[in-house]
Amino acid sequence: MTTSTLTTPAIASTMDRRPPALGGFSPAVLLIEMRRILRNRRTLIFTMVMPAVFFLLFGLPQRGELLPNGRQVLAWIMVSLAVYGAMVATTSAGAAVATERALGWSRQLRLTPLRPAAYVATKVATAMILGLVAVVVEFAVGAAAGVRLPAYVWLLAGLATWLGSLVFSALGLLIGYLGPAENVMQFMGPVLALLAMFGGLFMPLEMLPHALQRIAEFTPVWGVGQLARAPLTGDPVSVGVFANVLGWAAVFALGAAWLFRRDTQRV
Amino acid sequence: MTSTHPAVELTGLRKSFGPVTAVDGLDLTVHAGEVVAFLGPNGAGKTTTIDMLLGLARPDAGEVRLLGGTPADAVRYGRVAAVMQSGGLLKDLTVAETVRMTAHFFGRTRPVAEVLERAGIADLADRPVGKCSGGQQQRLRFALALLPDPDVMVLDEPTTGMDVEGRRDFWQAIRADARSGRTIIFATHYLDEADAYADRIVLVRQGRVVADGTTAEIKNLAAGRTVRATLPGADQAGLAALPGAETVEVRGDSVLIRTGDSDAVARHLLTRTAARDVEITSHNLEDAFLALTTAGGHPTAPAPALTAPATIGA
Repeated sequence: MTTSTLTTPAIASTMDRRPPALGGFSPAVLLIEMRRILRNRRTLIFTMVMPAVFFLLFGLPQRGELLPNGRQVLAWIMVSLAVYGAMVATTSAGAAVATERALGWSRQLRLTPLRPAAYVATKVATAMILGLVAVVVEFAVGAAAGVRLPAYVWLLAGLATWLGSLVFSALGLLIGYLGPAENVMQFMGPVLALLAMFGGLFMPLEMLPHALQRIAEFTPVWGVGQLARAPLTGDPVSVGVFANVLGWAAVFALGAAWLFRRDTQRV
Repeated sequence: MTSTHPAVELTGLRKSFGPVTAVDGLDLTVHAGEVVAFLGPNGAGKTTTIDMLLGLARPDAGEVRLLGGTPADAVRYGRVAAVMQSGGLLKDLTVAETVRMTAHFFGRTRPVAEVLERAGIADLADRPVGKCSGGQQQRLRFALALLPDPDVMVLDEPTTGMDVEGRRDFWQAIRADARSGRTIIFATHYLDEADAYADRIVLVRQGRVVADGTTAEIKNLAAGRTVRATLPGADQAGLAALPGAETVEVRGDSVLIRTGDSDAVARHLLTRTAARDVEITSHNLEDAFLALTTAGGHPTAPAPALTAPATIGA
């Protein structure tokens, strides 16, 4: 008798082998991603609890004050803080890539048929769902605290806030692909707060010195903030606002795409 | 699906990191259904070779064929899976969530409950990965590797850092799986693991294969002895023809014979030749391993020294 192992006929798997549909992008994975996020207290605090608390702390004392067009200052503060919540939500969801790279999960994924583009699509979708939740929560707190607006203003301001946060999911991905790091949001949290201040989310920019105001108009949050509040204030959306939003969107998205390509070609 | 291709074909593989040559002209063919131990000390190039085999690293030179195609194709169709040494898990997911999520990345998989069961972690399904021990995490990696029901399973030092019990449990899970026809390649630096679980051992040193044979052959090599004697004018060819003689080396008046049958060689020397001062020294498995896998080791142990002498009783 010879050794048996070499003569054992190779029995191939009887499974029907095929690559995954949509490169591995699936709603079921999104659901698990959402569960992960809802389990993360820090994310919930920074994207939902903090903006709500800020609103109650700084908004409520201004109850009854009105904007030049007769709408409530409270609504202005609510939309601004919704932009803040959504930007933190989308940035942190995108930046989760850095953590997953640090943990070696990205390497593990390279041993599955999941396409890198499907992975990024999952991250963007997760970021946008979390961003939407952040906007809805802030708006709900606002409505409960007495913000009254016509339905179309709620809708348009909400949509602008939410879609504007796409810019920050791109920023999150850019940071995520910049380098593997386990706690990138510890660094990004303060950076986002600073950008939000220059974007006029925590106070009107008119309260800043004139030179700073001019500089602020070139920072990445300003455009999205202006866009989100336009349905409320009725201010016309200037070319500068569009240039700011599209410009930063392009910078972040192209940067993220470049780093992403570098990462996937590293083989 | 029947395959006439070898499971793995590595030809002339080379990979350097700066001035360090990790893999230096490595050739290896593994046939379907073989269980191969890739044995070597740390830094022998095992992990780099595995990375290239899986398509995680690109060779500087040489070619990798996995099931007749590229590693990327094999990965795409779930025909290869790997259990890596460490990392690669999300701490905030539970064990079952990790498996479910990974299952969605494949076109078809075995049922989640089945792979958890086969990896011996069905009772840990709801435990957060971050709260699992190293051994439990390794069994989770194994469960993930079972998902696509791969034809080739690669394990890179799967039991590093585990305690004795963890190692035993892990190998029990691997053995219990033993799908007929699945090719298993595992890197290890534990001799006993290679001995206990592999049909074939490939010894690597400094990025090359230094010995390759069935476990029995490797053991035989290890169990060999060297007979040294003073014998002026030794008949080298005649000595080499002795039963069991593997190599014959003549150094001045001395002759050194590596053999699997030292008794026969000694008897021959003492009865048929003028040899005197006969000394017999033995090697154990550890010696052979060290000799083959350390730089400046035994000069008379090149890869071709491995023949297949009588394996009865080995």
